[in-house]
Amino acid sequence: MGLFLHQVLAGIATGGIYACMGLAVVMIYQAIDHLNFAQGEMAMFSTFVAWQLIQWGAPYWVAFLATVAISFAAGVAIDRIVFKPIHGAPVLSHVVVFIAMLSILNSGAGYIWDYQIKTFPSPFGSGNLFGQNLVSRHDAGMIAVTLMMLMALYFFFRHTRIGLAMRAAAASPDSARLAGIRVGWMVALGWGMAAAIGAIAGMMIAPVVFLEPNMMISILLYGFAGAVLGGLTSPGGAVLGGFAVGVIENLAATYIPGAGRELKLTIALFIIVAVLIFKPGGLFGRRVVSRV
Amino acid sequence: MTALIETRGLCAFYGDVQVLFGLDLAVEEGGITALLGANGAGKTTTLRALCGMVRSRGEIRFAGQSIAGLLTETIVRRGIAHVPEGRGTFSRQTVEENLQIGAITRRDRAGIAADIERVYGYFPRLKERRNQQAGTLSGGEQQMLAVGRAMMLRPRLMLLDEPSFGLAPMIVEEMFAIFGTLNRRERMSMLIVEQNAALVLALADRAYLIETGSLVMAGSASEVGGDENIRRSYLGY
Repeated sequence: MGLFLHQVLAGIATGGIYACMGLAVVMIYQAIDHLNFAQGEMAMFSTFVAWQLIQWGAPYWVAFLATVAISFAAGVAIDRIVFKPIHGAPVLSHVVVFIAMLSILNSGAGYIWDYQIKTFPSPFGSGNLFGQNLVSRHDAGMIAVTLMMLMALYFFFRHTRIGLAMRAAAASPDSARLAGIRVGWMVALGWGMAAAIGAIAGMMIAPVVFLEPNMMISILLYGFAGAVLGGLTSPGGAVLGGFAVGVIENLAATYIPGAGRELKLTIALFIIVAVLIFKPGGLFGRRVVSRV
Repeated sequence: MTALIETRGLCAFYGDVQVLFGLDLAVEEGGITALLGANGAGKTTTLRALCGMVRSRGEIRFAGQSIAGLLTETIVRRGIAHVPEGRGTFSRQTVEENLQIGAITRRDRAGIAADIERVYGYFPRLKERRNQQAGTLSGGEQQMLAVGRAMMLRPRLMLLDEPSFGLAPMIVEEMFAIFGTLNRRERMSMLIVEQNAALVLALADRAYLIETGSLVMAGSASEVGGDENIRRSYLGY
């Protein structure tokens, strides 16, 4: 029982990170109808920035907040400079730009900070929470930060004017313009927020997977899996999907005989494909029908 | 009376295809103007051109200032509300949220709350459904919601695209009575595109008739409605 609970909690902790990445991807998807393949590399780059600030002597939380702010600004800039000009372009054009961004950020990080694995500090300390064998202090901290961020986002979207404007712009850009909403700036805001969420996810997971340019690749994949599982049209679904993937992969690795760490990702993705066979729109998504 | 909105030589294009050929129209301050014509004549395109939703050329002046080439959201913020074909309902949001979206450019919380109550006063059926998802409303209710959303902007000019489309006659009568009230009580100017010519001519003071992108007649509502040939050829009665 203790092992089960421990694996579930550890799964929720990493699942929170997948939920963040999935949420960031869905936020941009809702704004521009395209999947941001470079979301993970943006998060990785942000984490390197945080690492650099810490190397230069900044206290952890100062570096954390500065990185979130810088990432937000960078997200807005990337939208305005790179994606606004290609607004109506075909899907493939967008895919090419995303892949280019991915390569540039990955190589850029490797060039600036080299490919040697670095440690990234955890502000929560090492060892187990309250000394019990239930959940590590860092995992507990990850869960707390993730939940606080998700609650803040929920409050923002449900109870603020600008949150409503963003939801309206995502739901129906033409109708939103007729209400006077500056849809272009709502998209930019979505980009900034997605970048900031990614930065937080990166800084939380870096102590566990160690900081190097390729650290976010599999994490983004898990995040995509969670988003697709929950349904790309549902931010709440993406979050739940992320948590689900985290828990499933941990339990699968622990309880399915023969599956070790190597097969964790395979098993998780297998389960997701199985769900999609029966519910192609994801568990909470809607099927989008386009009139030809 | 001064023109609130006027166009000179308005042309509009969908891609390379030209659909409006030099329209000159005007809506007087405090007036109601009808825009009539057969299907495909270019009535909807005209409203979209006024709001910057379609590529256009020519002069468009609102309250004396040129709005040609401006973004839709900028034009809306200057005081023009457009109730489009298809109503533009935010289906996943509630009725109340739809009205709040209509007021999103405003900052006066008390004023917004008061205006929401005012909209409910005109459309009690919306009040009953205030927390319902807007997509579950009937066609007539969504049309009322669309008009309500436009009212939340406190616009000087309301553009209405076929407000009677697909609605039961009784609801249409109700709606047009409310348009009349809005015009008299709130001094709201209106440009109404309608297939139901008889209905809109009874309300309007001026009328324009469009055929394949050009103006074929302009005059007072009684002139246009009274012309036998026009009525028989274009208005079908």
